[in-house]
Amino acid sequence: MLSIKNLTASVDGKEILRGLDLHVAPGEVHAIMGPNGSGKSTLAHILSGREGYDVTGGEVEYLGQDLLQLETEERAQQGIFLAMQYPVELPGVNNMTFLSESMNAIRKAQGRAEIDTLSFMKLVKQKARQVKLDEKLLKRSVNAGFSGGEKKRNEILQMTMLEPKLAILDETDSGLDIDALRTVADGVNQLRSAERGMIVVTHYQRLLDYIEPDRVHVLAHGRIVRSGGKELALELEARGYGWLLDEVAA
Amino acid sequence: MSQTSREMEALIEAEYAQGFITQIASDTFPPGLSEAVVRAISERKGEPEWMLEKRLQAYRHWLTMDPPEWAKINHPAIDFQQISYFSSPKPREKLESLDQVDPEILATYEKLGISIDEQKALAGVAVDAVFDSVSVATTFRERLAESGVIFCAISEALRDYPDLVRQYISSVVPYKDNFFAALNSAVFSDGTFVYIPKGVRCPMELSTYFRINEAKTGQFERTLIIAEAGSEVSYLEGCTAPMRDENQLHAAVVELVAMEDAKIKYSTVQNWYPGDQDGKGGIYNFVTKRGECRGDRAHISWTQVETGSAVTWKYPSCILRGKASVGEFYSVAVTKGYQQADTGTKMIHIGEDSRSTIVSKGISAMHGSNAYRGLVRVAAKAENARNHTRCDSLLIGDRCAAHTFPYIEVKNPTAKVEHEATTSKVSEDQLFYCRQRGLSEEDAVSMIINGFCKEVFQELPMEIEHQAVERGKSDAKHKEFNRQCGWQRDP
Repeated sequence: MLSIKNLTASVDGKEILRGLDLHVAPGEVHAIMGPNGSGKSTLAHILSGREGYDVTGGEVEYLGQDLLQLETEERAQQGIFLAMQYPVELPGVNNMTFLSESMNAIRKAQGRAEIDTLSFMKLVKQKARQVKLDEKLLKRSVNAGFSGGEKKRNEILQMTMLEPKLAILDETDSGLDIDALRTVADGVNQLRSAERGMIVVTHYQRLLDYIEPDRVHVLAHGRIVRSGGKELALELEARGYGWLLDEVAA
Repeated sequence: MSQTSREMEALIEAEYAQGFITQIASDTFPPGLSEAVVRAISERKGEPEWMLEKRLQAYRHWLTMDPPEWAKINHPAIDFQQISYFSSPKPREKLESLDQVDPEILATYEKLGISIDEQKALAGVAVDAVFDSVSVATTFRERLAESGVIFCAISEALRDYPDLVRQYISSVVPYKDNFFAALNSAVFSDGTFVYIPKGVRCPMELSTYFRINEAKTGQFERTLIIAEAGSEVSYLEGCTAPMRDENQLHAAVVELVAMEDAKIKYSTVQNWYPGDQDGKGGIYNFVTKRGECRGDRAHISWTQVETGSAVTWKYPSCILRGKASVGEFYSVAVTKGYQQADTGTKMIHIGEDSRSTIVSKGISAMHGSNAYRGLVRVAAKAENARNHTRCDSLLIGDRCAAHTFPYIEVKNPTAKVEHEATTSKVSEDQLFYCRQRGLSEEDAVSMIINGFCKEVFQELPMEIEHQAVERGKSDAKHKEFNRQCGWQRDP
């Protein structure tokens, strides 16, 4: 469903991605690991259409289209979801209102009927329980004054409600205690399905104890330098990134 | 400037939907101000002699005054001799009833979404329609009269209820108060008079719709609302004007008097023509609004949504004279293009246990400049006075400005005065977040802005909601506001 070929990109003239290839088929979960500054978040942002990145070469095909030609909201409407590393606060914007507006914008773009308020309320409460998000937070402003863990749960709640085709999780594990990590992982695992692709960006292996990836890729210096099964993640956990970078350099 | 900021600017480059001109024969005084003009206005209105005397007194005092220069606004000096001080649509014949209001004027109000035809009007809302210098129609007067409520043009009140007007006019805003109040006291033309008798809860929403149509004409509205003991009234005013290249002056005075246990809720949706994208044209809006809680437990609440005018200078205030009286000020002020606003309030605590709340939300975009200026004064005798002020500014883009000028004067040690202020920007992170969830940039901006203004929108009367619902929209207040700001196009 997603095919990235020889992608190069820079920020303020500084080259970050230097020929990246990645292929994600429906039903697959891909983990992208790598040291800080390797370009993991840049990849997540470029896929979701964040401004400020210059794509200098290569192509990205998503469901048969040129992804890079689509506006940010069009990508979302066509099923790309980014769970953010630092979810943004929207003071005064009710969390539930935001979610229902978002759901309906996506449904409308897909030519589906809007969800009625009653069904929405039922669904959101059920899903909130699932991701262990306090119901009170549904009535508050989006992420405003939420703890780090609450923000991440809220991201997962949005993801489960919006049922994306391609979910990208950008360092969703950062700053989470072990219970929150488990809840977040449960949310992700429940979304695993034969139609849905997932890209899990993470620095540490520990999230992958709970979300078992089909493929693990190591990103370094803007390129995928090694791909393998889940055992690669364990090896990285045990040995760090240094040996791999040395090997690649050699 | 980043790509996003530019796009945001494109979004808020609003088209002014109310900028059309009504082609109508009018009877307009030649430009210029003199004692003769003041006399001519008074004569035209058939006023009692004492009113003319008051006008002349104000005019003579005005001649000794200079325009205020302390506000954070910049505009070329106003040439008061270039303004016409009276303009009235020419009656085709003597008008006997609403059926005889000039169809062009009726059509104008219909176009603005205001019905002055009682048959078609919204249930529960009575309207006074002021066109240039005269009130052209006031609806539902008979129904209101059944409860003893007087709702009419102030020029009529001067003829029909002179003693009542004489007792209260200038009692809250004396003519010496300031330069523009003095000018208004000399040349005011029309506005609304409301009297709610003792113990009566006004059965309808009252509203006035001000329209400036004629070129080179100033509008000098004068509104007086009196709520007797234990009474209650909610009043809403709306304002629009055609797009013209020259600046026009609107200098109003509004006075509210609330007696014991009375409650007045006064809401404004000000959308005078703001000028074009280069800052050409637009209304200069210099307004003095003040309410006095004369009785114990009286309650006055000001809510304003200021989106129009090239320059706004207004400070709806409360004199909290009664014991345990309450004053409130809720404001949203938007400045975009080259608009400038210097607005806020004064809460003067005189009575014991008096309380006041101020919530001000300023939004600046493009080259807009927005200043909050507020005074909280606690007099020596005001035991246990309380004030809470919250003053937030939101910036969109990187060429606009927000300023806050709070003044606090406390002469009683038991007072509790709180001031909170924040300044924030609509960030690219927020926009990206919303768009990543499938919302268009336009919807994202309006959602963030509406979230910012929420506390104030909650205070707007239902009437605005109804007006918008009539147009077939949900989430009405917000969408109505968006439409007015041009963030959301009219369907």
